Amino acid sequence: MDYLAITSIFCAAFAVSFGAIGPALAEGRAVAAAMDAIARQPEAANTISRTLFVGLAMIETTAIYCLVIALLLLFANPLLA
Amino acid sequence: MDSPLSSVVLAQIGPIPITQAVVTTWAIMALLGVGSFLLTRQLALRPSRWQAALELVVATLDSQIVQTSGARPAPYRAFIGTLFLFILVANWSSLVPGIEPPTAQRETDAALALLVFLSVIWFGVRGDGVGGYLRSFAAPNPVMIPLNILQSLTRVFSMFVRLFGNVMSGVFVIGIVASLAGLLVPIPLMALDLLTGLVQAYIFAILAMVFITSTVEDGQFETKEPLSSPIKKDP
Repeated sequence: MDYLAITSIFCAAFAVSFGAIGPALAEGRAVAAAMDAIARQPEAANTISRTLFVGLAMIETTAIYCLVIALLLLFANPLLA
Repeated sequence: MDSPLSSVVLAQIGPIPITQAVVTTWAIMALLGVGSFLLTRQLALRPSRWQAALELVVATLDSQIVQTSGARPAPYRAFIGTLFLFILVANWSSLVPGIEPPTAQRETDAALALLVFLSVIWFGVRGDGVGGYLRSFAAPNPVMIPLNILQSLTRVFSMFVRLFGNVMSGVFVIGIVASLAGLLVPIPLMALDLLTGLVQAYIFAILAMVFITSTVEDGQFETKEPLSSPIKKDP
């Protein structure tokens, strides 16, 4: 049994699964707030959606970090070399 | 399934391996360079169809720069615009069959982020002088100096990882789905990838702009008029 490999695979799965929870909730809240703002003030929709996109990409980055860590664990693991 | 962190070596020039990403990058550079040279050769006061399209692109870039930073767009247009256009074309180059976007490789993104890091120094020194640039680390007060130095490195690193992670994950997911389900199934994912590529190019350029202008503004004396004063039209 190669415990290092098994642990790496489990940790990669954990990193993605738990790392996706926070950004998912945060993006949901951000989009809900933006929808609310657009409904109240439709003439500001341009600015709001531009800021929303930038914000969403920033939030999404945290999930991407977890994905990169997971891929490092799977494909470029220094312990398994 | 190939590792997304590895790169395909096409040829070897002396000790330097030429990867596929390098070839694609040079092709995109040639395309953008030759294309803009040919299109701007005959500029007229009465714009032709192509010139009108180019002017639309430049005007959009200018308005985005003004809206996000409040600075005059002229000094930043070349760098920010080239950054945006290059990343956009690189991200969308995955539409050509057999070509993997160079931004899905670590080296390209690291180089782009390094460019942003250096350009922050360049624009900071050019805007405020060396003293002004160094003073920008002490904003808002000298207690923040270690944090500001750390931030100037980490924000560039996060730009690198953000662009790499987004583009690479798109390519990776499409590869997995294509190997599982066959030909036509990944098409919706590719459409999503187009949107991601556009948004990431936009964000990379906008963040570079925000970092540059925040450094320039921090380095100025309080008595100076802030950059975000009402925008004047360029001559």
